[in-house]
Amino acid sequence: MEIVERIREEARKALEEKKVELIIGFEEGSLPLRTTPAFIKSIDAVERLIWNATCENNLANYLLRLKIKGKVGIVAKGCDARSIINAIKERQIERDMVFIIGVPCTGMVDRKGIKERFDEAEILEAIEVNGQIKVKGERFEGSFNISDFLYDSCKTCTQKTPSLYDVIVGDEVKEREDVDEFREIREFEKKSPDERWAYFTREIESCIRCYACRNVCPLCYCKECFIDQSRPQWFGRSIDESDRMIFHIIRVFHTAGRCVDCGACERACPMGIDLRKLTKKVEKDVVELYNYKAGIDLETVPPLATYKEDDPQEFIK
Amino acid sequence: MEEKVISREKVVTFIDTLIGKYYVFAPVKKKDFISFDEVKSGNEVYLGYRNSKDSPKRFLFPQSEVMLRYEKGRLIEEGPFDYGKRVIFGIRPCDIKGFSLLNKVFDNHDFRDPYFITKRDSIILIGMGCREPQTTCFCTSLGIDPGSSDGADLFITDIGNKYVFQILTSKGEGIISEYDGFNDAEKADLDMKEKVSEDAKERIRTKVEISGLKEKLDGMFEDPFWSDLHEKCIGCAICTYLCPTCHCFDIEDETVNDKGVRRRNWDSCMFPLFTLHTSGHNPRESGKERMRQRIMHKFNYFVSYWGDTACVGCGRCIINCPVNMDLRKVINNINHG
Ligand code: SF4
Ligand code: SF4
Ligand code: SF4
Ligand code: SF4
Repeated sequence: MEIVERIREEARKALEEKKVELIIGFEEGSLPLRTTPAFIKSIDAVERLIWNATCENNLANYLLRLKIKGKVGIVAKGCDARSIINAIKERQIERDMVFIIGVPCTGMVDRKGIKERFDEAEILEAIEVNGQIKVKGERFEGSFNISDFLYDSCKTCTQKTPSLYDVIVGDEVKEREDVDEFREIREFEKKSPDERWAYFTREIESCIRCYACRNVCPLCYCKECFIDQSRPQWFGRSIDESDRMIFHIIRVFHTAGRCVDCGACERACPMGIDLRKLTKKVEKDVVELYNYKAGIDLETVPPLATYKEDDPQEFIK
Repeated sequence: MEEKVISREKVVTFIDTLIGKYYVFAPVKKKDFISFDEVKSGNEVYLGYRNSKDSPKRFLFPQSEVMLRYEKGRLIEEGPFDYGKRVIFGIRPCDIKGFSLLNKVFDNHDFRDPYFITKRDSIILIGMGCREPQTTCFCTSLGIDPGSSDGADLFITDIGNKYVFQILTSKGEGIISEYDGFNDAEKADLDMKEKVSEDAKERIRTKVEISGLKEKLDGMFEDPFWSDLHEKCIGCAICTYLCPTCHCFDIEDETVNDKGVRRRNWDSCMFPLFTLHTSGHNPRESGKERMRQRIMHKFNYFVSYWGDTACVGCGRCIINCPVNMDLRKVINNINHG
């Protein structure tokens, strides 16, 4: 049975048995290469659920954002499941209040990457068949291997099969062991501080402070974000360079030891800002300093949620 | 009305001539998108664009602008300041319409905003007709023609090897006369221009029904429709910040020691802070009320106040929404719900 059929079957069962209030999944989008989050509340609506290589949103975000009373079913790929693990560890949701329909994921397709292939020409239609995306425009046609056009975060993903689920609707995907996920960051670290600062400044220059990067992130669930506080107000709301910088620097610090590199922030950014450079750097630091990766299991204690008496830092003694 | 023509190559020199005399803002390529930016040479301008990522509204209504400066409680200087003479080159008909909608808000019988007006009066608008509308363009549903010169000082139509320049105001006439590379348009050029704009109109694929929408919304404030609609929205400001008609702002003083500036910054109805009262009460407490506000303001309240809809069908909110909220669908659902 196809993945989509199995998702629907599990969703239907869960709703029929009144195990859940609703199922969060994906449905057909309105644009080529897009799907859109769906909130399925009745059995009739189950048919709307779909699954393909454009199910790019991290749905775990909604578990934290929507105040849903009762148990929630959720379609989760590897990174969504890691985010759910995170949220459980951070006591934001209870394990038994979520019903996870795990989907082994083969990676999500980088729609911007495909669009770039055609310059300004617009893709009018895109269909997925056997690991390929076939696109059509007015004066062109093209066909791409999905595996050649994955999002950067998907290229280095090592947890494609969800590690936490209630049911799993496909065969386990072979995890890649040959990926060197921090290669780009190591290259970047070789640059001088000035070069790095210049790169960062240039990237941030086009930030419009729409906060989509923050709002799509399943980690950013603070009731009141530091950025929205007005008493005291930590920094200005203009588009001054320093104000923009501080937003990004503090945001990325808040992801330390928590970011699962789902890439949602970067995909959401309308201005194409290289946000993963920052998050990935912090992720690398946490791996190197504490040998910890976020969202892998429910047991390991996150490094920033504990302390050790033999911690070498002076201030902690 | 007078029409001139100029060859493709010469348009670059024309822009160069303007650069000496005005601040020229035109579409340029940035990363994977197009944005209006100041150009220092005609070669930087990218005229093969469909439309820009962000709307050019920021030239009239910047994301953040200084209103005044103060020190030790005393006013040091107060705007509007001198923003220089500016030319916006290549703005699309929908975005020009966006300017005229902002104009209703910032310059009307009750209220005249000097910051806005000063900028507006120092800007020369060189519009450009569309040849290849995007699938997300639905301007015609809002009564805007992709070949319409309404509101422009000069209006360009790309007819292949040449550009037709239509002179609409004395400001437009003025800048045409600063460059001698123009020829009078011939009948064949004008026929071609007609054809290009007819074609563009035909290529608009989406239609939404706007008539009757306001009346429909009149009775929908308490409708359960809003509770489902907002669910997938993450409450960012992409749709409002990129929109050519959204115009909400917040004024605040930024003081360091005893010196400071008063700024006007964009605000978005999609933010939780938008209508948060000092008491802590928020009349638009959740995404539901915020989404309702966005739709109501555009298609109902604005119509009541100003007799026009606060949407020009540019499709920016559709293209850029991270969760694929499609305004066209929202409108259809309201109409048929
Ligand atoms: S999504 Fe992009 S533009 Fe918006 S605040 Fe984040 S970095 Fe800035
Ligand atoms: S862009 Fe989309 S997600 Fe963001 S506020 Fe608008 S509708 Fe919501
Ligand atoms: S609401 Fe959307 S389509 Fe309408 S003018 Fe604004 S951005 Fe364009
Ligand atoms: S909405 Fe209309 S005027 Fe605007 S870019 Fe599209 S076709 Fe041109």
